[in-house]
Amino acid sequence: MKSILKPLLMVAAMAMGMTAAGTLPALALVELNVNKGNVEPLPIAITDFQGGDALGAQISEIVTADLKRSGLFAPIDKSAFIEKISNPDAAPRFDDWKVINAQALVTGSVGKEADGRIRAQYRLWDTFAGQQMSGEQFFANDANQRRVAHIIADAIYERLTGEKGYFDTRVVFIDESGAKNARKKRLAIMDQDGANVRYLSDGKSIVLTPRFSPNRQEITYMSYESGQPRVYLLQIETGQRELVGNFPGMTFAPRFSPDGQKVIMSLLRDDGNSNIFAMDLRSRSTTRLTNSTAIDTSPSYSPDGSQVVFTSDRGGRAQIYVMGADGSGQNRISFGDGVYSTPVWSPRGDLIAFTKQTGGEFQIGVMKTDGSGERILSSGFQQEGPTWAPNGRVLMFFRDSAGGPKLVSVDLTGRNEQSIPTTNFASDPAWSPLLE
Amino acid sequence: MGRIAALTRNPVMIALVAMLAIAGCASKKTPNNAADLGLNGAGAATPGSAKDFTVNIGDRIFFDTDSTSIRADAQTTLSRQAQWLNQYKQYAIVIEGHADERGTREYNLALGARRAAATRDFLVAKGVSASRLKTISYGKERPVAVCDDISCWSQNRRAVTTLSGAGS
Repeated sequence: MKSILKPLLMVAAMAMGMTAAGTLPALALVELNVNKGNVEPLPIAITDFQGGDALGAQISEIVTADLKRSGLFAPIDKSAFIEKISNPDAAPRFDDWKVINAQALVTGSVGKEADGRIRAQYRLWDTFAGQQMSGEQFFANDANQRRVAHIIADAIYERLTGEKGYFDTRVVFIDESGAKNARKKRLAIMDQDGANVRYLSDGKSIVLTPRFSPNRQEITYMSYESGQPRVYLLQIETGQRELVGNFPGMTFAPRFSPDGQKVIMSLLRDDGNSNIFAMDLRSRSTTRLTNSTAIDTSPSYSPDGSQVVFTSDRGGRAQIYVMGADGSGQNRISFGDGVYSTPVWSPRGDLIAFTKQTGGEFQIGVMKTDGSGERILSSGFQQEGPTWAPNGRVLMFFRDSAGGPKLVSVDLTGRNEQSIPTTNFASDPAWSPLLE
Repeated sequence: MGRIAALTRNPVMIALVAMLAIAGCASKKTPNNAADLGLNGAGAATPGSAKDFTVNIGDRIFFDTDSTSIRADAQTTLSRQAQWLNQYKQYAIVIEGHADERGTREYNLALGARRAAATRDFLVAKGVSASRLKTISYGKERPVAVCDDISCWSQNRRAVTTLSGAGS
C-alpha cells in the first residue's frame, strides 16, 4: 500500500564521534525519568537551524513547540542565549550554556540538495557532560518541511526520555461548524499540532467517530450518507470509500484490530439493543462477540489483539467490561461511583482510558486492565472520547465549552493539559500511529 | 528553572463557564404538545395532513434521563398517534430516536436507537402495522434545544414520529 506522503529518506545517525576537548570522563548523560510522578521540565536550549533562510528558524520553532507542549521540557527563551552558534557541527562553548542552565542544547542546519530536497540535521548536546548525545540527518521534499521538524523533535524526546516520541503523527477528527441545532460535521485530518488541516468529507451528511487503521492509510467511521447510519472504510489518499458489512440496521462505534485485518463495531438489533461484532475485512465474515439484551458498544482491542474492552449497560448503568477477542469470559472491570464509557486500550497495553460521568461532571481517566488503580486526569462540565498518543503517554479528547467542542490533550500525570488549535469546533479525535 | 504553570488546567475557569452556560438559558417547562412547541393554528390543518398530525396529535414524546421507558404522558401522545396513523394509512413512518448531550456519543447513538424501538413497539401494540414503521437514531447529534441545562436536555431526550414524504 502506498504511503500517504512520499516517504522521508532517513540517514542513520551520523557517527561523528565528536566530543569536546577536555571532556570529563564517565559523566552520566542528562536524562529525564518520565515514570516519576512529578517531572520537572528539563531546561533545553534550541537554537535556530543555520541556513535555509526562514526555514531554519521555522524548524527550530516547531521543535520548540513540540517539546514544550509535552510538558517534559522547558525551552529557554532565545534572548537569554549567550553564544551565537555559527557552526552547528562544532562543539559549542558549554560554559555559555551551563550559565543559563541549559542542560541540553540543540544545534542544527538546513539546506537544499541539488535535486531540490531539503536536508536537515541536528545535534543534541549534553552541556554539563560536555558531550554530543546524538546527531542525525534527514532528507525531505518541500511538502514535508514540518514533518522533518517533528521527526527531529521525536528524536530528541526519545534520546532524553527513553520513550518513543509522538510528534510525527496525525489526528483524524470531526470538524464542526454552524449552529448547535444544525451543526455541519466534516471528516478532517491534521498534524498532531493542528497544522495542515485537510477535509475528507463535504459535510452534507453527519459523520462521526473516525478511527485510524494501524497502517495509517485508512480510517473507519460512521456516516449517515445512505440514510441509515453505517460504518464505512475510507482510503485517505484516494478518497475511495466502502461500506463495512451489509447489516440490516445501524452499525456504529467502529475500530480496527491491531493487525488492521478486522473492524470491530456495534450492530443495532431489532429489539433496540446493540451487540458487538467483528468483521474480517478480507473474508468479509462476521463474528458476533456479545449477545445481550443491553447496549454493548465502544469496543477496543488490546494491542496484542487477544482481548476487547467495551461499554455495556447490562448491569443497569453503563460500565466497562473486558472479554476475549472471541467473546469469551465477559467480565466487568469498572466499579467506581458513576457511569463509564468510551474505553480505549493503551497502545502499551498497560492501561485503559475512559470517560466517566459522576457528580454532574465528565471525567477523563485511566485504569489498569483489571479495573484497579483508577486515576482521573481531567474533569469538566462536558468532555469525552479519549484517544492515545502512540507512545501511551498522552491522551487527546474533546471538551465542550463556549458553544462547542474543542480538542484537548493531557499527559498521564494529569498536570499538563494543552488545547489543540483548530479553526472550527472539533470532536472525536483519533491519534495515528507514528508515521513512516 | 522554567515551570509551565500557566499551562496547567484551571478548574475554576471550567466551573465558571458551566455557570454562565446555565445562567444564559431561561428555564422552560418541557413542551409536550403542539401549543408548547409554538405550533399555532390548531384546527387550521387539513384533517389527515402531516400538519394535522404535528399540530393536533403531537409528533414527539419525551424520556427521562438515560431511560427508554414510555412515560404516562408519552403513552397518551402515542395512543393518539396510533389512532391517527390507523385512520390515515397512506403514510410510511420513520421514528427518530434522540438523546440529550449528557452521555457519550456512541452510547447515545445506542440509547436513541433504543428509544426509537420502544416507541415503535408501543405503536405496534396499538395496532399500527410494523411494516409501515422504520427507526433511526440520531444520538445527541440533532438537538432541538441548545442551552446547557436541564430544561433543554429534557426536550432533547425525545422520539419524533415523522411521516415520510410529508416532513415533520
